[in-house]
Amino acid sequence: MNLPELYQEIILEHAKRPMNRGVLENATVTVPAENPTCGDEVTLQLRVADDKIEDVRFTGQGCAICMASASMMTRAVKGKPCAEAGALFRQVHDSVHGKGEMPKGEIAAIGGVREFPQRVKCAMLAWRAFEQALQGAPSQTGITVTTETPAPNAQI
Amino acid sequence: MQALRPLGAEIRNEFPILEQQVKGKALVYLDNAATTQKPRRVIEALSQYYERDNSNVHRGLHELSNRATARYEGARERVARYIGAASGETIVFTRGTTEGINLVANSWGARNIGPGDAILLTEMEHHSNIVPWQLLAQRTGARIVWAPVTGDEGLLDMDAVRALLAQKPKLFGFVHVSNSLGTINPAAELCALARRHGVATLVDGAQSAGHMPLDVQALGCDFLALSGHKMCGPTGIGALYGRADLLEGMPPWQGGGEMIARVNFESSTYKPAPYRFEAGTPDIAGAIGLGEAADYVDELGRTRICEHDFELAQAAYERLAAIPGMRLLGPRENRASLVAFALDGVHAHDVVSLADEEGVALRGGHHCTQPLMRKLGLVGSARASFYFYNTPAEVDRLVETVGQIERFFRR
Repeated sequence: MNLPELYQEIILEHAKRPMNRGVLENATVTVPAENPTCGDEVTLQLRVADDKIEDVRFTGQGCAICMASASMMTRAVKGKPCAEAGALFRQVHDSVHGKGEMPKGEIAAIGGVREFPQRVKCAMLAWRAFEQALQGAPSQTGITVTTETPAPNAQI
Repeated sequence: MQALRPLGAEIRNEFPILEQQVKGKALVYLDNAATTQKPRRVIEALSQYYERDNSNVHRGLHELSNRATARYEGARERVARYIGAASGETIVFTRGTTEGINLVANSWGARNIGPGDAILLTEMEHHSNIVPWQLLAQRTGARIVWAPVTGDEGLLDMDAVRALLAQKPKLFGFVHVSNSLGTINPAAELCALARRHGVATLVDGAQSAGHMPLDVQALGCDFLALSGHKMCGPTGIGALYGRADLLEGMPPWQGGGEMIARVNFESSTYKPAPYRFEAGTPDIAGAIGLGEAADYVDELGRTRICEHDFELAQAAYERLAAIPGMRLLGPRENRASLVAFALDGVHAHDVVSLADEEGVALRGGHHCTQPLMRKLGLVGSARASFYFYNTPAEVDRLVETVGQIERFFRR
């Protein structure tokens, strides 16, 4: 795969017109996430009830890979039981890091970042926020999540 | 005097790294504001030092140590000449601009800046001229005041600067050439204004040192910091110029060998400047490489380099402007050797990644100027920065590539 192939139609489509973008009323959990070195920012909001993700939205800005991944992620987890959504996160996470297949469906397009290590953190930003949200980060005051290493969140 | 060598295509064979392909295409290196490439002459100066003269400086009594010391101190004189300083005693070798600024903040700043004092910086500073002062302010209770950047072209608001200097901050630190806008600040005028109010000045010369004539005495600055690797020199070496009387009054900031006069169990006395600020074995090879780079750039002629780079940057600016959805940053005229831009709806990292596929090396992101990017309402920008070995054909490749990327995202 060369890089332009990573930017498939489906990725560009989601990047240009992301699904579930905006502020979620009555969110039960809010997780800001950012990659400081590239400036990508995603704030993910979930409304969770009865261990089910009733609704999910995100705000923020980032590169096409980051935005498309956030858009696809929200579409994939909306309406799912938390346990099932958590398993989906694990599968995507492992797959982009070279272990196992991507889930079927449009999300599979994200798997292309495997061959571009520098872009894995772009693809995983919203997913990391989602992982944090499932662990129940407190509403509105969640810690900032990043997919960069080492943790660059020291306050200056 | 030897004939002036042509810049551009004909000088490229002096830079071994430029003769390579990236992704199957001839490398177009346009990330010179991040670091410049090194001519064979500088690379050879480093290996010659290690092959013939390597030894520790200042305290050996043998032949190699004498040679190493002579070359190290010779490099100090070369750097002094390069920036118009009266003597090598005003030149402290550092790891680069960042360390030079940290030295001033930690040594001069700790002695001269106290609770409630103001430190004046501009909104277009690189993080390296922000964070050291934030650390100092936290330690001392001083505060930082920001000189605004104004208008679409990103110029310093001179009326605001005048008013802020009249309030007598202790220090005015400003970037000579903005790495994210290409703005060239009127350094001599700013230093003169500051001096009128008794305000010390620190010039961040990282982006100007390799690109235009520099004369610290004509500028009238108190401090100027530069990085070797942005002017054909090695990484990990730079220089801080300080006015002789200021350096003499400054306490050490790091302790160790090389910087002491006499050490007792109870206390120690220190060498005079600049040695007082160079604790431990210095980067001897790096300093020699920097001295060689300074001579090399000088022989090519900084006025010519400036003109050459400006022509490329201006051509790139005008032609990129014709691409749909293009927002160009920085001044339209009188710009330095770089062009920063944002394509509407396309993130800078997407631009840079796709340009890389075409063998075109750009930089994308916030360029270590996050506060400025936020003020401009940008997440980041892509940047093409030029040097004297770049050619008009490379501007063609740049414009062509960015045009392709725009069409790719518009399809």
